Amino acid sequence: MNNWIWGLGERFIAFIRYTGGVFVLFTQTIFWIFVPPLKRRPVLDQMVKVGINSLPIVFLTSMFTGMVLALQSAYQMQKISAQLYIASLVALSMTRELGPVLTALVVAGRTGASITAELGSMKVTEQIDALETLASNPIKYLVVPRFLALLFMLPLLTVYADMIGIFGGYVVGVWKLNITHNLYMEMTWNPLKLKDVVTGLIKSVAFATIICTVACYEGFRVEGGAEGVGAATTKAVVTSFILIIAADCLFTALFYFGFSF
Amino acid sequence: MIEVVNLCKAFDENVVLDNLNLTIKDGETIVIIGRSGCGKSVLLKHIIGIMKPDSGQVIIDGQEVTRLNGKDLNELRMKFGMLFQGAALFDSLTVGENVGFALIEHTKSDEKVIAKRVAECLEMVGLRGIEHLRISELSGGMKKRVGLARAICINPKIILYDEPTTGVDPIMGDAINDLIRELQSKLKTTAIAVTHDMISAYKIADRIAMLYKGKIIETGTPEEIKNTKNPIVHQFITGAAVGPITAESQ
Repeated sequence: MNNWIWGLGERFIAFIRYTGGVFVLFTQTIFWIFVPPLKRRPVLDQMVKVGINSLPIVFLTSMFTGMVLALQSAYQMQKISAQLYIASLVALSMTRELGPVLTALVVAGRTGASITAELGSMKVTEQIDALETLASNPIKYLVVPRFLALLFMLPLLTVYADMIGIFGGYVVGVWKLNITHNLYMEMTWNPLKLKDVVTGLIKSVAFATIICTVACYEGFRVEGGAEGVGAATTKAVVTSFILIIAADCLFTALFYFGFSF
Repeated sequence: MIEVVNLCKAFDENVVLDNLNLTIKDGETIVIIGRSGCGKSVLLKHIIGIMKPDSGQVIIDGQEVTRLNGKDLNELRMKFGMLFQGAALFDSLTVGENVGFALIEHTKSDEKVIAKRVAECLEMVGLRGIEHLRISELSGGMKKRVGLARAICINPKIILYDEPTTGVDPIMGDAINDLIRELQSKLKTTAIAVTHDMISAYKIADRIAMLYKGKIIETGTPEEIKNTKNPIVHQFITGAAVGPITAESQ
């Protein structure tokens, strides 16, 4: 019993230490953003890596999600002859929930893992120490460009995912369920309000913060060699996934109860 | 002058530096020898301020490194050049960008001026015209030389060498030793090298200090160290498998 309580206590302390570490890294990142100079080239390079290179996988994920969503809803809606509402259901689900969350999960798996692996490899090969000896702050040089890139690109990717998902639903609705083009478009845009897109974008900004901070924190903590890099990469992805889902739940509740969104 | 005063550092239960004291004069090349994992690299990282001690001080020209932070610490670091054990070159950059990194990041020098300085440094280490190469295209010996070129690019006052000959073949190791000696005579910098390669230590050192159990147990010229009466130092420099070091660790 004592051991069990001891173990629980140790885990709690480790959790507090981890959360504190991530938070400190986040605040330092915000601080270093405002310390000049802010070089554009590294940020643009990261925007390409994070955003442009993620377009194909986000396309596939959103397209299939939109299609599956339409097909699954059709299965239920046909029973009550309400297939028309499939368009609205796909549009609202994509913009409010699936677009931001799926895009964040895809980017966490793709970009988050890559950030941790890159920084982890730099740590074990002493490149981060070398940066410091060359009078450069690793947070300013490595974290800030990635943070800003994710902060700009994840919302853009989310809007892109929303549109592709809606198009996926359209493909099924118009070509398979025989809903006319005009009707489908009307049923998509009519119930959709700006706030639906905005709530999704607010979520995506929070998700970008989670992905970058967790990935960089894990990268900086890597010890040992390749095994350490592998373990940190896995941990970064798993932690990001959990935090994204938890943050999504929190934001959805907040928008629903707090701001009547 | 560099003064290390009562420096202590432990990682959990493992005491690495235990009230270590050492003084290094300007223009001197000191080699710190000791077994792998005895804390040589940790000592270097304290001197350049990328590790904070549990207690004690590192004083460089009257400035206490352990108390410096932010801008002051970075200004001090601009007096240093450091060659890492694995060279620690940034693999996302080219050779030229690596060598000129500090100039690109911290000075407003014109691109042409930086390119000229990079070319000079690469020439000094015998690698003319490889600015455009990626780090992955270099051999181990070339990486060490590029690391050395990066270390000298900002005309540092102090150069730190972490295992300069580890990981390269003996011929390349000797070439690196010659290069270090040559740079020392040309640049007149203070140099601190850590190594367990005695051939390298004898060749480059003005003075050798042995680190053992967190303390400097002996210092002397290469000749004095060769003729040491200290059984621990004697076992280490002769590389004998049997002696006080191994007896204690058993």
